Amino acid sequence: MTSGSTQAHAPTPSIPGELKIIQDATCTFCGCVCDDIELTVKDDHIIEAKRACILGKSWFLNHSVEDRPSCTIDGNPASLEQGYDRAAQILTHGKYPIVYGLSDSPCEAQRVAVSIVDWISGTIDTTTSVCHGPSGMAFQGVGEVTCSLGEVANRGDMIMFWGSNPAESHPRHFTKYSLMPKGMFLPNGRKDRTCVIVDVRRTKSAKAADIFIQIKPKKDFEALWTLRALAKGIELDPELVLRETGVEFSVWSDLMDRMKACKFGVIFFGMGLTMTRGKHVNSEALLALTRDMNAHTRFVAKPNRGHGNVTGADNVVSWRTGYPFGVNHARGYPRFNPGEYTTSDTLANREADCAMMIACDPMANFSQPAREHLATIPYIALDTKETPTTRSAAVAFAVATYGINTGGTVYRMDDVPIPLRPAFASPHPSDYDVLTAIEVRVKKILGIT
Amino acid sequence: MLETFILIPGRTTDQGCGVSEGKFKDRYQNAIRALQVAPGDMTRLGLAEGDRVRLTGEEGQTVEVCITAAKKEELPEGLLFIAYGDISSRMMTGDTHGSGMPTSKGMEVTMELVQKAVA
Repeated sequence: MTSGSTQAHAPTPSIPGELKIIQDATCTFCGCVCDDIELTVKDDHIIEAKRACILGKSWFLNHSVEDRPSCTIDGNPASLEQGYDRAAQILTHGKYPIVYGLSDSPCEAQRVAVSIVDWISGTIDTTTSVCHGPSGMAFQGVGEVTCSLGEVANRGDMIMFWGSNPAESHPRHFTKYSLMPKGMFLPNGRKDRTCVIVDVRRTKSAKAADIFIQIKPKKDFEALWTLRALAKGIELDPELVLRETGVEFSVWSDLMDRMKACKFGVIFFGMGLTMTRGKHVNSEALLALTRDMNAHTRFVAKPNRGHGNVTGADNVVSWRTGYPFGVNHARGYPRFNPGEYTTSDTLANREADCAMMIACDPMANFSQPAREHLATIPYIALDTKETPTTRSAAVAFAVATYGINTGGTVYRMDDVPIPLRPAFASPHPSDYDVLTAIEVRVKKILGIT
Repeated sequence: MLETFILIPGRTTDQGCGVSEGKFKDRYQNAIRALQVAPGDMTRLGLAEGDRVRLTGEEGQTVEVCITAAKKEELPEGLLFIAYGDISSRMMTGDTHGSGMPTSKGMEVTMELVQKAVA
């Protein structure tokens, strides 16, 4: 068996017509990566997913084996061998090849993708760049005072969410990790915690808050610096604070008093910060506030990560190249420059001339200039489902679903690695298998032994 | 002079479930094609459920989309909400301001009525 193969945890064979129970299966829909799911499997589909949230149930129950070719070339069915050959030709003939996605692939497959990019002197980027990429930049500037979700469950008595709506994006966040659990130092669970939510709209998560603070749109930076000033004891003009943040000074002052008084504060932050004007400086402000708070009490911050293994992508690309995303190898060594080597830019600036899109859908999620350019270049797409991206690909692979059909390792949003326990086998190859086969052919074309 | 709104795309449960069901299926398509407008704005502008409006962004990019009333108090007046998807992406520009991230929330747009809903 190849080292790092996702087949290391192959599913146990199903007996036709009989039910199979998978204990402690791992849900890879979102960054919570809940690993306590009980699956009931019949033949080649999951009929029940106990303890999964609404998003997790939809994930598990809708990933049955799809009756479609494992590979198409220019929309026509092709053999996997033909697909691997064509993919390797595309990647090795380009002058500016890019590889993007990876956040819904296990770490073992991510590692192979980085190797391919290294061989072809290409650019690798992950969906982090359009998610918490700005936070990744902020981590480098400020650092990250952080902890595991286990520590949050056992210690966190002041739980804040900023620009994040876990009730809809991470439905078990409250119950499994942050608000409801009875922890080692919080025997009464929710009653021992204060929940604060800061957002520009009253999201469904706001119902869970003890204190909901609705700030002016695009004023996160100003609101966070208001708190930074209060943490440092700097005098502020209440009228200016109200005008800039849309919130009375007394509300911020009261919040700061509570933050200073807690024993273990946590700020979970979302894309309300990173996708809004300011982007990385918004994240920097929040991380700096968290750092500042440690002069008074223990305080940590964590980005709420979206895809199941987007955190793994950050880790794998970091330990392979030294940088988390947006990494260019054109000079034979890795260079990191968000805004230049990130995929939104290499496409919208019409620089990339071929691409491989792994478990992502830029044809649905990218800006129109980026999508228009992607439509003009040959690219390879790997996905479990048909998407606008797979439909326009020169070579499309229908791959097995990680965590349902294949094993491997994923990283939870708090950088804790978690193994996958697949439920049933798929006739389609895993993305690890596809990428490994493409890597072999790329090396052959380039004369690398 | 058209009024300027701030467009906030984001996650919804239906959009998330729809991704797993399939992006070409009804649940996902319905989720990403409904623009939520604050009830106060709808009343003030004489808009009704199902009306078709045109959004125009800062660089002239446009989309047409049907509107639905946001749940009470969920959206303050002046803000618009839509689930992430094709329409929200079309309102993004290609510029990432050196960050790799296009401005995907807090986009300034104008909104004008294109067609009244069929009663």
